[in-house]
Amino acid sequence: MVKKILSVALCAAVLIFIYAPILLLVVYSFTDATVIGRWEGFSFGLYAQLFRSEEIMRILLNTVVLALAAAALSTVLGTAGAIGIFYSKKKVGAPLKGISQIPIINAEIVTAISLALLFSFVALYRTYFSLIIGHMVLCTPFVVLSVMPKLKQMDPNVYEAALDLGAGPTKALFKVVIPQTFSGILSGFMLSVTLSLDDYIVTAFTKPRTFDTISTYVYNAVKNGTNSSTPALRALSALIFVVMIAAVLVVNLSARKKKEASR
Amino acid sequence: MAELKKAKKPPEAAGALPTVKKDEKIIEMVGVSKVFDDETVAVDNIDLYVRKGEFITFLGPSGCGKTTTLRMIAGFDIPTSGKILLGGRDITDLPPNKRPINTVFQRYALFPHYNIYDNIAFGLKLKKIPVTYVNDKGEQYTKMQKLTRREIDEKVKNALAVVDLEGFEKRSVSTLSGGQQQRVAIARAIVNEPEILLLDEPLGALDLKMRKEMQIELKEMHRKLGITFIYVTHDQEEALTMSDTVVVMKDGQIQQIGTPTSIYNEPANAFVADFIGDSNLFNGTMVGDRTVRFCNRNFKCLDDFEINEKVDVVVRPEDIRMKEAEDGMLKGEVVSVVFKGVHYEITVMVGKTEVVVQSTECRTVGETIGLDILPDGIHIMKKEFTVNKYDGYITKRNTAAFGDGEFACDVTQLYPGSHLDEEGYLITAEGEQIDLTDTDVTVEVGLQNIEITDNAEEGGAQGHIVSIIYKGDHYQVIVRTEENEEDFVLDTEYLWNENDYVGVKIAPEHIRLALKQETKQK
Repeated sequence: MVKKILSVALCAAVLIFIYAPILLLVVYSFTDATVIGRWEGFSFGLYAQLFRSEEIMRILLNTVVLALAAAALSTVLGTAGAIGIFYSKKKVGAPLKGISQIPIINAEIVTAISLALLFSFVALYRTYFSLIIGHMVLCTPFVVLSVMPKLKQMDPNVYEAALDLGAGPTKALFKVVIPQTFSGILSGFMLSVTLSLDDYIVTAFTKPRTFDTISTYVYNAVKNGTNSSTPALRALSALIFVVMIAAVLVVNLSARKKKEASR
Repeated sequence: MAELKKAKKPPEAAGALPTVKKDEKIIEMVGVSKVFDDETVAVDNIDLYVRKGEFITFLGPSGCGKTTTLRMIAGFDIPTSGKILLGGRDITDLPPNKRPINTVFQRYALFPHYNIYDNIAFGLKLKKIPVTYVNDKGEQYTKMQKLTRREIDEKVKNALAVVDLEGFEKRSVSTLSGGQQQRVAIARAIVNEPEILLLDEPLGALDLKMRKEMQIELKEMHRKLGITFIYVTHDQEEALTMSDTVVVMKDGQIQQIGTPTSIYNEPANAFVADFIGDSNLFNGTMVGDRTVRFCNRNFKCLDDFEINEKVDVVVRPEDIRMKEAEDGMLKGEVVSVVFKGVHYEITVMVGKTEVVVQSTECRTVGETIGLDILPDGIHIMKKEFTVNKYDGYITKRNTAAFGDGEFACDVTQLYPGSHLDEEGYLITAEGEQIDLTDTDVTVEVGLQNIEITDNAEEGGAQGHIVSIIYKGDHYQVIVRTEENEEDFVLDTEYLWNENDYVGVKIAPEHIRLALKQETKQK
């Protein structure tokens, strides 16, 4: 009995430790005070401010458009890369695979600085081009990583069967290989979207000066501690958190439903 | 737009591929080899043809190159050398999608993201057939056109009927059993009306009962469809039951091509005899006109070989008759009796030789019985190895280097009456001094004169055992070295394991040396 109470208590402690800061933020998003920690009565004021602020809405749109574009391009590039690596000879494929995964372990700041350096050499520093390439550098290795296992799981004869039935290599790729690896491609895309959405470092080093994503905007807004110039960001952060939770719940529940259905 | 009159040609007329009449060669392989990664020889210079409408089976143990041969016909593997002809046209480099050949894969290889209908219709939807139109001026012209929805429906329905899966169109692949998936795989291939259907161990994943049923159904399908079937299996019974022609393969080479009956009754060599069905293999010697000696007795036989030639003798267990102890041509003691359903398998020791007999009559262990073998039950084969021959040379130490190894030997046999001096020079009978270093020689070693040992370093050469064939009273073992793949064929009483790494020992007096012709002339 004591054991059971202790284990429950430990779990609770861990959860509180993880979620307390965010819960605090959510709670304080329902008051008007400019400084976190001061309670000035319950109000939806910050949320009203948030949706009325054209600047924040524009930045939100920027972030989402950037994330979707970068993720889409990375998915195409990463999937093509994974398929290329998978079907090349072992002598070529193995080193290629290793090299393609280095950006994942590389410190992001190093990636960011080197990108900035590269683009200043070719006079494209702080342009939309450098920004989108920067995000693709960030996301593509993860797409390769999530598509690769699906290719390995695929029955190698299935591609040959498509050729055998009269499909050319390209047709076989689109009709058989891509559909069978689609779950991997999709998870690569989703991963890219989340990576791009919350990225600060690479964005900060490659973005055009007048362009901001939520990350860079929030960072600049709260540079001087808790005394935020735009308290509406608390509401925005709380909303992002809720949306994320909802997304995770939907994904998990639908996965569970699928599992039960297949049984 | 003028009204167009439609007149469809049968799809057989499609493409530029020549039409082949029944029983003419449809596939021909000329000197085809396949080497993987520059070292593994999967298929070694095979020549073979397949007749139109025939059911031909490639049979052999795993790794014998049968699947690689099939994959080269399908176009998945390109031969390293040699040519493949289809109806006389070179298709060696033609990609698989351009060949009028369809494959049934061992693990079915169905498309899991499509339902059964879409799986079967996959090839049809890609297919284009020539359609002849007549325009308003009365001129005919031909256009390549896709099949209509209705034609595809019709063909898919027919294919499903052929494999007995009517009404399965909407089912998904994962809801089908192994046998049903196999039928879908067959339907998916035959719906394209290929000239040749390739089947790569299609029944390998099914249970025994299912397999027997499918064997009969496949044979029936072959009869009805009238197309050429090329079948791959390692199951000799399956090959004998289903095929018109069997191609027995081993180590990438064809051992024998023939009808099931001829392969069973007249195996070309000891390997085929051993692989196809149960058999007793004996070492024999021809001692007279159509008379062979084995098991210390002369037997009349039907095969004609030169007198004194060493031969392999095959006697099928069902061709041996059991007699009373004193009445038989051979006498022996029963050492084991195993009930096999239809017959008993009785092992009899005749002297040191083991003889297996299959009979519906039973005997008891320990009983002494007589055995009779009639002339038509004896099949004589040319002996593959009667002696090991190598090219070698003499080293500085007056040893012989051959077969990837170095062996002590008697070099004085190269020059009659010669001897060695203290420094290792050879002194001929005439008193001439010769340095034998690097002299090229041919080496012969008898099968009985080679010993193998577990302690590999002890031997003059080292290698892995690649083959063991039981020959009645001994085993014939082949040891293959790693470096140049030299073979040592030897007879031994002891049972070794395949893949054992062993050392090869040869006593110096058993190494027969001869100078190579050109050296002698110098």
